[in-house]
Amino acid sequence: MKKLLMASAATALMAGAAHAEDVKIGVILGFTGPIESLTPAMAGGAEVAMKEVTDSGKLLGGATVTPVRADSTCIDAGAATAAAERLITSEGVKGIMGADCSGVTGAVLANVAVPNGVVMISPSATSPALSSAEDNGLFFRTSPSDARQGQVLATVLMERGFKSAAITYTNNDYGKGLSDSIAAAFEAAGGEVTTIAAHEDGKADYSAEVGALAAAGGDILIVAGYVDQGGPGVIRAALDTGAFDTFALPDGMIGSALEEAFGDEIEGSIGTVPGSDAADASMVKEKVSATGADASGPYVGESYDAAALIMLAMQAAGSSDPSAYSGKIMDVANAPGEKIMAGELDKALELIAAGTEIDYVGATAVELIGPGEAAGGYREIVIEGGKITTAQYR
Amino acid sequence: MDFLNGFVALSNFVLIPAIAYGSQLALGALGVTLIYGILRFSNFAHGDTMAFGAMVAVLVTWWFQGMGLSLGPLPTALLALPFAILGTMALVLITDRMVYRFYRTQKAKPVILVIVSMGVMFVMNGVVRFIIGPNDQKFLDGERFIISVREFKQMTGLREGLAIKTTQGLTVVVAVICVIALFWFMNRTRTGKSMRAYSDNEDLALLSGINPERVVMYTWMIVAALTAIAGTLYGLDKTFKPFVYFMLLLPIFASAIVGGLGSPLGAIAGGYIVAFSEVMITYAWKKVLTYWMPESLEPDGLVQLLSTDYKFAVSFVILIVVLLFKPTGIFKGKSV
Repeated sequence: MKKLLMASAATALMAGAAHAEDVKIGVILGFTGPIESLTPAMAGGAEVAMKEVTDSGKLLGGATVTPVRADSTCIDAGAATAAAERLITSEGVKGIMGADCSGVTGAVLANVAVPNGVVMISPSATSPALSSAEDNGLFFRTSPSDARQGQVLATVLMERGFKSAAITYTNNDYGKGLSDSIAAAFEAAGGEVTTIAAHEDGKADYSAEVGALAAAGGDILIVAGYVDQGGPGVIRAALDTGAFDTFALPDGMIGSALEEAFGDEIEGSIGTVPGSDAADASMVKEKVSATGADASGPYVGESYDAAALIMLAMQAAGSSDPSAYSGKIMDVANAPGEKIMAGELDKALELIAAGTEIDYVGATAVELIGPGEAAGGYREIVIEGGKITTAQYR
Repeated sequence: MDFLNGFVALSNFVLIPAIAYGSQLALGALGVTLIYGILRFSNFAHGDTMAFGAMVAVLVTWWFQGMGLSLGPLPTALLALPFAILGTMALVLITDRMVYRFYRTQKAKPVILVIVSMGVMFVMNGVVRFIIGPNDQKFLDGERFIISVREFKQMTGLREGLAIKTTQGLTVVVAVICVIALFWFMNRTRTGKSMRAYSDNEDLALLSGINPERVVMYTWMIVAALTAIAGTLYGLDKTFKPFVYFMLLLPIFASAIVGGLGSPLGAIAGGYIVAFSEVMITYAWKKVLTYWMPESLEPDGLVQLLSTDYKFAVSFVILIVVLLFKPTGIFKGKSV
């Protein structure tokens, strides 16, 4: 009799567990490598969204969401592919928040996500080449393509009166794509690009690179690099030799490491980071800061939104099967419907369950266009008093 | 005026960086050349020994900074230098006792010792990364510039600026002191003379009563001092990152071989030759030529012979050319 009771109790427990599904979502970011100081906060952003949904208990009738982290390394496509493969085959994730850098994102998409039919939403891969990647409708990004960033940066430069510029970029997909788009947009706006030269990350000394850039001259130096890698080295060498004293810095160069390294030495330098004033990421950043990560870097809100979109689409499709919910992502992200801000995932899940349409705004005013990428709002920053300050939103 | 402006631009981007870099290479190449001349093998672990020395300097500097010690305008790392030298001496003497001595008593061929030194290189590489991590470390403090660009422009009223970093000045001064001390030691002291005798003819030296183990020990200690100083200066001037020292191995060997392996004078000349070729061949001459050429001949392009990406290729080419046409190097060292 006792055994029978035990057995039935066990069965009941198992049935209960099967009912409240546990959905795993992969978080593939470069926890080691050139943007390792940015990624803990990005992962934190995604995990804030997952915790919010789990706590609400409203996803697919009470499912819990568990994040599974994996290391993309940002630069090693082989390592990133292996990490993603492990997430899908051994962890059984239903969607991937990631990857981060453009090169590895393309590799994971082509080698893992598409063959396995898993949805991937990248918070930070910005290479224009990804817009035309073969994705079977599985790939989205909550950050805009760099083609857009190039235009914005060129406009900022012209408005602030910089008529000629030298460009140096980190020698990879991200750097090349970005520098091409900046150069094209700047020249179209009437500016003069004096030279475009690549720099390799991880060198001790960039005085030779800066010597060449200085010979070409220009009002400002555009450094399309990474803040944890060669970027600060190039700026340091340029300052030391007096070659340039103001810099234009795209998203990969904006972070608190920049303030720490240079302070007011680069006073008046400008930059652009994805961001929007139509939405407020401060709630996400506060929650991420509370976990001990440094949330001052970019893409924290984008990461929150990427994870939120995956879960809201699951709710809309009534299933955590990627093939079922991939078609719903554009629906929940865009109008028409009730606007959902960051921190309102509870309400969103309820509305979807009740059959109401939603328009997810989230932390970064998400609006997906074309092949599923953000339309692109940018925050124009300027270094004032040694601090990164917001000039305006574009 | 144009000529002066051009010369200042050239100094700022070519002459000063190349002199500082050349001094660092020369100190490194001296170590390689001493080992080759006296212990008779190419020490591939040299770069990572430099990294180890610099690492000790970084750690001691942090400790001093924590205690509030400083040298005013000079970097605190100078105070840490003696500790770095002692630490490196301990490391190389232990390595010699545990590894090299075994092969020496067996009279192993030089090529075997080269491979052994590669093994030592990987171990040291791992040790350094294990202790301090693979990342950039900052340990420079004090005054950054002897002359900054802005001061120079105000002083002279020229359009081009000139910057001399404290670390660049320091590198040259320390390198000169080291070289003078080394030559004095080799030519004037008994131990130095016995080292040269051992290098010239091992058997004859043994017959005349020179203790080989002592010579070996003194060689390692001098090499350790040179490597620790070179490593620390390079780290101060550029940046401390373990992997960077591994990459320095190529230009250092190129310097030692160009000058003639085994010849200390050659190592110094080689260091400057390699440094100047690397910097001058990858420099874009447009700015300087615009000042120097008549207006009709001003260049439109950058006038850059090789992109800066090929900096290390320059050392490679020098190395190959020397090995092909003059294997003994400029100062008639031993052929490789």
